Amino acid sequence: MSDRIFGGVGLLFALLFIWAAFHIELSFISDPVGPRTFPIIIAIVMAVSSLVIFIKPDVEPKWPQAARLLEIVIAAAVMVLYALALPVAGFLIATAVAAAFLTWRLGTQPLWAVVSGVLTSVGIYTVFHLILGLSLARGPFGF
Amino acid sequence: MESLNSLLNGFAVALTWQHVFLALMGCFLGTIIGALPGLGPSNGVAILIPLAFTLGLAPTAAMILLTSVYYGAMYGGRISSILLNIPGDEPALMTTLDGYPMAQQGRAGEALALSGVASFVGAFFATWGLVFLAPQLVKVALLFGPAEYFALFTLAFATLGGITSKNQAKAAFAAALGIVIAMVGVDGQTGVPRFTFGEVHLYDGIDFLVAIVGLFALSEVFLFLEHRGDGTGEGKQASVGIGRITPSWKLLKSCTPTMLRTSFIGFIAGVLPGAGASLGSFISYSIEKKLVDKEGTFGTGDPRGVAAPEAGNNAAAGGALVPMLALGVPGSGTTAVLLAMLLALNITPGPLLFISNPDVVWGLIAALFLGNFMLLAMNIPMVGMFVRVLLIPPRILMPIVAMISFVGIYGISGSTFDLMVMIVFGLMGWVLRKLDVPLVPVILGILLGNNMEDNLRRAMTISDGDWSILLSSPLAIGLWLVSIIGFVLPILLGGIIRRRMRRDEVGAVQD
Repeated sequence: MSDRIFGGVGLLFALLFIWAAFHIELSFISDPVGPRTFPIIIAIVMAVSSLVIFIKPDVEPKWPQAARLLEIVIAAAVMVLYALALPVAGFLIATAVAAAFLTWRLGTQPLWAVVSGVLTSVGIYTVFHLILGLSLARGPFGF
Repeated sequence: MESLNSLLNGFAVALTWQHVFLALMGCFLGTIIGALPGLGPSNGVAILIPLAFTLGLAPTAAMILLTSVYYGAMYGGRISSILLNIPGDEPALMTTLDGYPMAQQGRAGEALALSGVASFVGAFFATWGLVFLAPQLVKVALLFGPAEYFALFTLAFATLGGITSKNQAKAAFAAALGIVIAMVGVDGQTGVPRFTFGEVHLYDGIDFLVAIVGLFALSEVFLFLEHRGDGTGEGKQASVGIGRITPSWKLLKSCTPTMLRTSFIGFIAGVLPGAGASLGSFISYSIEKKLVDKEGTFGTGDPRGVAAPEAGNNAAAGGALVPMLALGVPGSGTTAVLLAMLLALNITPGPLLFISNPDVVWGLIAALFLGNFMLLAMNIPMVGMFVRVLLIPPRILMPIVAMISFVGIYGISGSTFDLMVMIVFGLMGWVLRKLDVPLVPVILGILLGNNMEDNLRRAMTISDGDWSILLSSPLAIGLWLVSIIGFVLPILLGGIIRRRMRRDEVGAVQD
């Protein structure tokens, strides 16, 4: 079933892509091939392989249960928040919070997760900023 | 002789304090990356690229660092294979078959030392192979025109799924997906924006470093989240004694023919497109088993069963560098990532690299020789240190990997948009992995898509719109034939080979 959905989505995507390719503006100077042809060829390859996947699906993969799936979505959301928070809160604070959250969700005890998060953050800051001189996001406190 | 002269010049380039230090760092980090289950060579190199880039290393220095990591990871993979029965990376899978039984018999130290020597032999010969074969391949490649290059890229994509590929439709889908992603941005030849949907951030295209780090490193974090508590390495410790760490001369002598043979086989497997280190170690193991396993001791802790896959996979790792450097077309995941580094530094690999930047190529090769000796030193007397690294549980390690990925990408552009794109690629990588879609063709598509299109359009400009130029030279026709065979063969033979790989594995577990 998963492969059928995957094949279907792939096919749809390939068709959309071909549609979009036909809407690429042509400039007045162009080479014989032009900017549309190659993307269309590739999209056809994609459509054909999607169709094959749809017709001949593999064995169903083992999907995680809903709770675990939610876990992955939340982790991704935390990463998005982290990306947004970086320029606002600064590297040290944002990283400590994000790393603590991730290690907590991966099974570290809450208190140890905080310790591990802070250590991760300080460790990366020391190695990459203080020793290697990489510029990391600066927060309101300058770190 | 020309090669030897160039190599000498290469040593002059490599033997600076900075380069030696970077090689040392690379070997050290690489061994750790290889040893940690779940952090393979391609992941490891992927997260280090943005860092090497933001640190502003010169091309030679950056390449020395990253290829040392690559070689190091190939050495390191065996440590957890032998001690924990968990392959540290995919090519080290075959090492578990005889390595772990040896460890259970209290001969872990011997197995580690022997496999260290075997890795050295494999990598050493492969590096020599690189010295002599790459310049020959360059001579051929200089005859390539745009039509031949277009055929060569097709060949790379067609064979990348590899002989063990389960589903060629998925490999083809993955390659197409990668190329489609590469199409986003302003068209280089006519200057019109394509597939940008008016988003200004997309005009430059999607940065392949962002895509690579997302697909490889972040998807690994999601995978760990999914399998939390399934006991992937967690809590499983090297409970067996390590024993003596030096191999006896007798043991080395008895394994020498095995090591030499498998180095050769592995190197060939590495050079061929679509094979890579995993297949190198598998073929080496099975051939040795056929040749020397008269008493049926393979799979029960036979030292030759440890030496064979290790020499094989390290030789294949060196062999895989040949097409990457000489043609600009990598044949394996990690060399694809190394190619990304070169492209990020504005260096186009391929025959011209040998002519225009000989210092980069030969400095790199010389550094590989140095790195090999460093790795031998690190992996035999100091192996105990790396064993301790295995005690870091993934629940602490994975967040560190994620955070370093963010640091690297943020360091390049300082853009939150890139970080978002990386997260999207991380999720996409997770879904694709679940669906058994290989990620390497995606990466290669993103890297080479534009180049492939350029060559097609250049060829067509030369022929003024006549498509038959694609089949106009014997060389091009040959390349097309190989791509067709390379794509169809796995559909016919893949099942048989995979069944055999599984049987060897299962057989070893039952013994």
